[in-house]
Amino acid sequence: MNLEQLPILQVILPLLAAPCCLLLRRSRLAWGFAVLVSCSSLLIAATQLHIIHHSASGSISYEIGGWAAPWGIEYRLDRLGGLVLLVLTAIAAVTLSVARRLLQEEVPEERHHLFFATFLLCLAGLSGIVSTGDLFNVFVFLEIASLSSYVLISMGRSRRALVAAFQYLVMGTIGSTFILIGIGLAYMMTGTLNMADLAQRLTMTLDSVYAEGASIENPALPVNQTRTILAAFAFLTVGLALKLALFPLHAWLPNAYATAPTVVSTFLAGTSTKVAYYVLLRVTFTIFGLAFTFGQVGLQFLLTPLAIMAILVASTIAIYQGDIRRILAYSSVAQIGYLVLGLSFATQAGLTAGIVHLFNHALMKSGLFLVVGCIATRQAGLTLESIRGLGRRMPLTMAAFVVGGLGLIGVPLTSGFISKWLLVSAALESGRWLVAVLVVTGSLLAVVYVWRVVEAAYFLEPDDKTTSEPHDAPAGLLAAAWVLLGATLVFGIYTDLPVGVAREAAASLMGVGS
Amino acid sequence: MGLFNYWTVIVLMMVGFYTVIARNNLIKTMIGLGIFQVSVFMLYISMGKIADGTAPIRVQPSAGHEAIYSNPLPHVLILTAIVVGVATTALGLALIIRIREAYGSIEEDEILEMDRNS
Amino acid sequence: MSPECLIVAAVLLPLISAALVVACHQRPNLRETVTLVSGGLLLAIVGRLTGSVDARPAINLVDVIPGSIDQAAIAIGFHAEPLGLLFALVASGLWIATSVYSIGYMRSHGEQHQTRFFCCFAVAIGAVMGIAFARNLLTLFLFYEVLTLSTYPLVTHHGSEAAKRAGRTYLGILMGTSIVGLLLAILWTWQLAGTLEFKAGGILDGHVDPLTAGLLLALFAFGTGKAALMPLHRWLPAAMVAPTPVSALLHAVAVVKAGVFTILKVGVYIFGIDLLGRGGSSVWLMYVAAATLLSASLVALTRDNLKERLAYSTISQLAYIVLGMSLATKSSVIGGGMHIVMHACGKITLFFCAGAILVGAHKTRVSQLDGLGRKMPWTFAAFTIAALSVIGLPPMGGCWSKWLLALGTVEMGQWPLLAVLMISSLLNVAYLMPIPLRAFFREPPETDDESPGTGEAPLACVIPLCLTAAGCVVLFFCADPIYQFLSSITWK
Repeated sequence: MNLEQLPILQVILPLLAAPCCLLLRRSRLAWGFAVLVSCSSLLIAATQLHIIHHSASGSISYEIGGWAAPWGIEYRLDRLGGLVLLVLTAIAAVTLSVARRLLQEEVPEERHHLFFATFLLCLAGLSGIVSTGDLFNVFVFLEIASLSSYVLISMGRSRRALVAAFQYLVMGTIGSTFILIGIGLAYMMTGTLNMADLAQRLTMTLDSVYAEGASIENPALPVNQTRTILAAFAFLTVGLALKLALFPLHAWLPNAYATAPTVVSTFLAGTSTKVAYYVLLRVTFTIFGLAFTFGQVGLQFLLTPLAIMAILVASTIAIYQGDIRRILAYSSVAQIGYLVLGLSFATQAGLTAGIVHLFNHALMKSGLFLVVGCIATRQAGLTLESIRGLGRRMPLTMAAFVVGGLGLIGVPLTSGFISKWLLVSAALESGRWLVAVLVVTGSLLAVVYVWRVVEAAYFLEPDDKTTSEPHDAPAGLLAAAWVLLGATLVFGIYTDLPVGVAREAAASLMGVGS
Repeated sequence: MGLFNYWTVIVLMMVGFYTVIARNNLIKTMIGLGIFQVSVFMLYISMGKIADGTAPIRVQPSAGHEAIYSNPLPHVLILTAIVVGVATTALGLALIIRIREAYGSIEEDEILEMDRNS
Repeated sequence: MSPECLIVAAVLLPLISAALVVACHQRPNLRETVTLVSGGLLLAIVGRLTGSVDARPAINLVDVIPGSIDQAAIAIGFHAEPLGLLFALVASGLWIATSVYSIGYMRSHGEQHQTRFFCCFAVAIGAVMGIAFARNLLTLFLFYEVLTLSTYPLVTHHGSEAAKRAGRTYLGILMGTSIVGLLLAILWTWQLAGTLEFKAGGILDGHVDPLTAGLLLALFAFGTGKAALMPLHRWLPAAMVAPTPVSALLHAVAVVKAGVFTILKVGVYIFGIDLLGRGGSSVWLMYVAAATLLSASLVALTRDNLKERLAYSTISQLAYIVLGMSLATKSSVIGGGMHIVMHACGKITLFFCAGAILVGAHKTRVSQLDGLGRKMPWTFAAFTIAALSVIGLPPMGGCWSKWLLALGTVEMGQWPLLAVLMISSLLNVAYLMPIPLRAFFREPPETDDESPGTGEAPLACVIPLCLTAAGCVVLFFCADPIYQFLSSITWK
């Protein structure tokens, strides 16, 4: 097989498979097909990461239709992208393989094929964002992913899902329109959309970018010193912060995750914000470059406080939630704070920590939402009251939750510990003492919100003792949850893959910027 | 008056943005969102236009002067964005219909009130 | 088996036994056999290791933080050195005694969830082995957290509202201090020294100035919540809601000793006593320890609940060990290490007695003990012996460690601390001795004759407490071998 075509296959496969799902109509058929597609995507992503990791250049480039960049659209994948794609497709494959069982309670059977079609579209969009090396392509794929996730969320069982999806639609559209403005302004000043080309032209002077004879006030001014570029960057950052659910622009996330079908929360919690984080990394480091974003604009003065606020405030809010899904959703907002914090250090260690946490948190949070799905198959309520005594009724399910929860806290041997270790040592390395202390304080808050669930499940007696027989979730579901959470244990001990890849990815991000 | 287009863009953008934030009615929110998006379409089209530029169709070299073309790429880009905008509006309106079926209202505060009480 | 394998086996054996305990949950007798057999095996393994300790066998299992160009990898690894081996020896030896005792206690008390109890107990012992043999700070931290988590279900064993509240305090303080203090201290150490290995003579020498060393030491000392330095001692009295065997082994020996062991090990192998003694970075810690020592003794005087009184006594005795480390002389450090053994033996006996009194006579308060000595002569005799050992009177083991500590204060010229030690011993007498005195010499209250509890607790409870009491006496004569054994830790 010709491995050169892999980058485009990664995107086009789910994109074309989505309408096919519509034609299949029968729930079981559509599901089988979707699983097949997602597993192939996983295989492609793994192969690509393998190729990238062992290639000298550390990246793959693919020219769509044979048109050379910067005129044609280029797909470019480096270690960072490869890692994100791997997580994305792995979570998609695991989620889809149990999706039919989870959907039985939540979506009527005759709509299943629509669900799978939308799901594959979302996967295609997210894969596209990561694969492409063209800024406008990012916007298009972002919209494909967003529009399909609005639809997916609106399929939730309660009518609140509709409102949550609508709120997300409004916020998400504002976010992507901001991104669109940012892209337009950047294009206006440079005349290119290719990321690598854009990065190069931004550092050139105005007269060298513009056609001869154009009347420019200050020809020796570098492009990235202009106010237009500053505005472009500001629009992009705010738009991405909305997509990323960075505090205080996170309002859409808890409602969306708490009301969506559990399959959707499982998938989105691990992927959509992570992909937005990926784009933020790209924009900040690859395109605009370290010297501009951190030296000239001073992004760290914006992001560091916001990230710390996210960690502390969202964790505190999580403590006061009564619904497990909302606890997990607010915890996600807090974990996004950790991701952004790593970015805001603008050091290689900080970036490594951020990327590793992207990987680890995706697995953890998806696994945890899958556990919630497991619980939902046996009982309707997901509040702290209704899960009382669940440790005895669903021992294996709750054990999985405990593993994931320990990961969120960052207990050693879980992958969460590794990311926290890297993050705090990155903070110490660059002399950010206060930040280090605040990060570990954030873990303390995590102890509290995780422990509220654990205590309810294991140490509180249920109100009615009628169903005290052990009755775990269906084996397939349980196995899927354990695959994801087991992976967090494995990657807590054998850290070569995430940390190794992340270190090199961080180095190349920093290298481009400096 | 060279920046007239851009002033229009900014005014439209603010009108749209304000409508999204300030209106309770979901339909009006969607209208605001539409205006907001349209302003960006105008931004793109404006940047492609060059004074005295023609459509990018190859003219006869014998005309004696070099033709100035408008940049076609922003138009192409914005065509995509318009499609996205249409899809967003359609989806938003579909959601509003479903919300009306489920809640019997399209006023955001009433809906949130119902959610709080249930 | 090679010594390296033996170390790994010592850590894994209790964990395997925990799995077996769960597997045998339908058959209590088999389950208890598993516990006892693995206890015996563990003691044998640790015992064999003492022979090869001079070679300092060490093994790395897996790199957890992969190395990069400028930083070495951090692995999960184990090694055997005298201090850790001694701690492991104490814990594994007393595990057997406690297992026998727990079987008697849990059964005659008709406790619920016995499988969970024995399983968590075994995991906790495994964690203690991990701490004792940890080769670097990361491994130590890992097992430290495992120990916290595995003992949480034991503390909340009864499931009552009080137990849950205690569990929250327990987890909150232990986990909170370890994450905020210990983890930060470990990371800081890594930044400073570039390694986390325990090395004879310390790894920080030359990397820190005295002020930084003092700050770092503070992070370590207060980050190790298990050492129960005031004001972070609240969890220990709270943990007394647990069944007595838990209080006996875990909250008089394993958990609290894991705390002071961590501090000792950090002092000896991370800072190095030279660095501490030279720079005076640990002077403040002496006074914190002394304050803890005195105030905990004073609080113990006011407590009527027997277990609570013993808990405060433990806090005070732990401060002796921290004091020994912070004095940073050869004799004080060895004294601190020795006090781990001596106090463990004495305090576990006291807790066994408290449990036996609860099982046999259903009494929990000191004021209810009048005249009970006649009904439970063995129990109270053992109590007296152990109390004397904790106070530090010859011919009990406790006198040697206190002697060495006192010697340390004299070497350092810290006369006020010597006075503190003396006063504290007097206070020990004041809060411990009234208990056997009441039991033996006061008349039992008239109305108490019809109470269900008459006579001794079951044999399974009485035999272990007699054995550990005898151990207190035996240790008096074994002090020299322990001293020789430990003396190599202060070499560079």
